[in-house]
Amino acid sequence: MTPDQARAVLQEAIGHVVPGADLGPLPDDADLRDAFELDSLDFVEVVEQLSGIVGFRIEDHEAESLRTVERATRFLTARAPA
Amino acid sequence: MPSLGADMTEGTVLEWLVAPGDVVHRGDIVAVVDTTKSAVEVECFDDGVVASLDVDPGTKVPVGTVLAHLTDADGGTAVAGPPAAPDTHAGDAAEPDAAAAPAPAAPPTATRLPHRGGPGRISPLARRLADELGVDLATVHGTGLHGVIRAEDVRAAAASTPATGAASPPVAGHDAPARALDMRRSIAALMTRSNTEIPHYHLALTVDLHRTLEWVRERNLELSLAERLVPAACLLRATALAAREVPELNGHWVEDAFRPAEHVDLGLILSLRSGGLLVPAIAGAEELDAVAMMTRVRDLTRRARGGRLRGSDLDPPSLTVSNLGDQGVESVAGVIYPPQVALVGFGAVSERPWAVDGMLGVRPLVTVTLAADHRATDGAIGSRFLKALDRALQDPASTMEQKER
Repeated sequence: MTPDQARAVLQEAIGHVVPGADLGPLPDDADLRDAFELDSLDFVEVVEQLSGIVGFRIEDHEAESLRTVERATRFLTARAPA
Repeated sequence: MPSLGADMTEGTVLEWLVAPGDVVHRGDIVAVVDTTKSAVEVECFDDGVVASLDVDPGTKVPVGTVLAHLTDADGGTAVAGPPAAPDTHAGDAAEPDAAAAPAPAAPPTATRLPHRGGPGRISPLARRLADELGVDLATVHGTGLHGVIRAEDVRAAAASTPATGAASPPVAGHDAPARALDMRRSIAALMTRSNTEIPHYHLALTVDLHRTLEWVRERNLELSLAERLVPAACLLRATALAAREVPELNGHWVEDAFRPAEHVDLGLILSLRSGGLLVPAIAGAEELDAVAMMTRVRDLTRRARGGRLRGSDLDPPSLTVSNLGDQGVESVAGVIYPPQVALVGFGAVSERPWAVDGMLGVRPLVTVTLAADHRATDGAIGSRFLKALDRALQDPASTMEQKER
């Protein structure tokens, strides 16, 4: 998975939870939970959506790697087969 | 018109989802009603055939007004009206066959209802959005099941329509600023009443969540993604168990006396992205283990945020929980929702120094608070409640898993 694909996947997952959310203008190091006002329940749902799209389970301890666009992109490109 | 919350006195029928002649079942969503706080899907509480719809969409009526009449499904031909006076009118809330009342029943089966021509169904979120964006719903093509107009259809329509003068709102209801104002007013009225009438006392206890979080972590490795727990589910489970153990805090203060509630119906304060609060309830929370609790919280939150709460979600709670942990504050000094007699508050779970077995360690701690009505209980009972809640969180393997006996 390329960084661009990873970003698109992240956009899709967050869009499911926060309709209309746009990753576009967000700095790479912005905290996604703060930026989109995700509570813990929302965040679990984002992780669930992401898992569904990429096709592998993302565990709780890995969810920390999804806090910013930059870290999430790195995590997804490393974990998802090309 | 069912009462959809303690402070509701009237409601506006936004639309009917059934027509005369339709067969309806207990739990079917038959109408959408606008309260000051939210559009709410009203469930039918009985099986039957719709004989007549007695309140036109756009009409505001007091709680208790008869909305529709049903006849028995097995009657074949439509026997006019219910067994009792078929000309029942406004104010007779006790007429059971006539009032479309909220009922915790079968899952929603809106798709079972026959699709009607004309404008078709519109999701409450779509309606609100259309109001905000000035989109005429009559021009929107619904892409949902059976032509239901969804929020994205409205957005698509808004994007494709050049901005002209404000389109006339097609359905009576609240526009967004008016709704925000209404919601502010009803919160103001209720909280003022609480602070005027209820002599509050406040207690706090710091609870070590180490064992509970470990349990959640292990459990989540086994659970399917859709069932995965957040610690808040355990906090609610522990609250329900404590309310069972200390029933003096679970119920209502009515006519100068405490009336204990039969079940633990946990009110959940949800803040909305658009501002304001909703307090839907998890009925019978004492019967739910952590996983079942999580499912209910998930469903409820989704419905509340999507503007699709059901009437039964707004049945009056017996005890309310305010979880501000995600907002990052340490503790909550709550204001009780009358006529309840207590409110439980959770602050953020954070790692802090803590003495364990004579050693200083770092533990995930949460401050649990209780606001309670001094007319109903004293501090000793409140303390028992908080200690019971703590105990439940120290032994997750036995408290979170098993159903209460």
